[in-house]
Amino acid sequence: MIVFDNVAKRYPNGREALAGVSFNIQPGEFVFLTGRSGAGKSSVLKLIALLERPTRGTVTVGGQNTSKLRSGKIPAYRRAIGVVFQDHKLLLDRPIYDNVALPLVVAGTPYKEVDRRVRAALDQVGLLGRERSAPTELSVGEQQRVGIARAVISKPQLLIADEPTGNLDPALAVEVMLVFKRFQEVGVTVVIASHDPHLVETFGEREIVLDGGRLAADTLHAAAAKRMTATAPRLADLPDIRT
Amino acid sequence: MSGAVSSYTTRHLQALFGAAGRLVRSPLATLLTLIVIGVALALPAGLALFVNNLRVATGDLSNTVDFTVHFKLGTPLERVRQIASSAAERPGVASVTVTTADEALEEFKQASGFGDALAALKDNPLPHHLTVKPNRNASGPAEVESLRRYFAAFPEVEIVQLDLDWVRRLHSLLEVLRRSLWVIVAVLGLAVLAVIGNTIRLEIQQRRPEIEVTKLVGGSNAFVRRPFLYTGIFYGLGGALFAALIVVGGMAYLDQAVQELAAQYGGGFRMVGLGPQGLGILAGIGVVLGWFGALISTGRHLRRIEPRA
Repeated sequence: MIVFDNVAKRYPNGREALAGVSFNIQPGEFVFLTGRSGAGKSSVLKLIALLERPTRGTVTVGGQNTSKLRSGKIPAYRRAIGVVFQDHKLLLDRPIYDNVALPLVVAGTPYKEVDRRVRAALDQVGLLGRERSAPTELSVGEQQRVGIARAVISKPQLLIADEPTGNLDPALAVEVMLVFKRFQEVGVTVVIASHDPHLVETFGEREIVLDGGRLAADTLHAAAAKRMTATAPRLADLPDIRT
Repeated sequence: MSGAVSSYTTRHLQALFGAAGRLVRSPLATLLTLIVIGVALALPAGLALFVNNLRVATGDLSNTVDFTVHFKLGTPLERVRQIASSAAERPGVASVTVTTADEALEEFKQASGFGDALAALKDNPLPHHLTVKPNRNASGPAEVESLRRYFAAFPEVEIVQLDLDWVRRLHSLLEVLRRSLWVIVAVLGLAVLAVIGNTIRLEIQQRRPEIEVTKLVGGSNAFVRRPFLYTGIFYGLGGALFAALIVVGGMAYLDQAVQELAAQYGGGFRMVGLGPQGLGILAGIGVVLGWFGALISTGRHLRRIEPRA
């Protein structure tokens, strides 16, 4: 799904965020990207979301070399990826409904279809009935979940999130992580940048650790994966997300 | 196929209503912009109407100006009538009236009051003459001049009397007005482009976060640009309607004075208004200017906004 081949990223200000990073993420994986702030986690996500292009090396997503994608094709590429931001990037002057519908609206989806899927997406994150609320009327955790609903409404095969629980208390963080986990269970590849070791330990299957722009470790948390099965019954109670 | 068409229509309707809604939500700013554009469009529209009216009015006037062909003394009346009838056949001639020397003398006697003195003359000193009325559509200086040459070419013709100078001056004046109209149209058209372009630029800046997020979730440049283009079109169209109001109001105000002026020239002249055609042209120009101004502005400013996470 995602192949980084000796990728380096140097920003115009001279800072080298990545210095030759290689890894391979298979479809359907649930991967944590960890490391201290400034280690290059955000740069990796930006390169995947094509907000940046690598200075050196190649980034291949879904078989597409991002460096070779013409700028006219970038919107379609971005529509195929769900992105969740730490600061959620919601439009504060628009109701929840409009925020969640935006990816479908830019794709020209018919109204009826938009309506149905907005409700389904809000249902998946437990916010059904809040369509008309303004983002500012919601708690931080709820805002983050709106961001997730927006990221998944296009039914992307790849979901990436940059510190999605950074502003949340531990209980809310777990709640949001469970939402991500459910998407992985239906085959979506999930990549989450986080510096919260507790979450990684609780949910992590695979952890890619960056340090100073280099790959420091790439480990599989077998024990954590097993622990996850204990939470499976709780997941089953949640509504089906692929409707 | 119908799915693709309806999605295309859906996107355009979304952009259209989005743009309209945004304009309605800030009525004062919208109104001020519309007034500026309206004034800028009203000036050339008003001048165009003025020139048009002047042309119609002077067309009437130059039609009332006939010219006179005097024959040499002793030219037989038969020959005069012959020339008159062949001249009447010419294109550009509305009518030719023959006035014989005797009729002319009679007229002169009555008009001048020298009746007794003239009676003392043994011979009639006046020649036969023709009164030629040019056609309405052939009253330009060139046509009238060629008509004059036609009559002057006859050896029997002494002199062709016509007052072409004022017709010429009038037409030159109209030409100057018409050209200055184009200059004004160009200059004020640029002004409208600048006003709309700048208004759109401010709106783009104001909505920068929204544009970034839209691009972030995969909105194409065309998608982001579309509502701004509709905004430009609305500004242009609304401005054109304002301009039409200004012009119609101005004409209503001038109507009385123009009627009085026309009455003094003995004409039942009525001012030509904008009409549906003029209104259509004005609206069309407004729409094109608005769309083009928005296109320039979005082309310059939208591309620079790229999402940063």
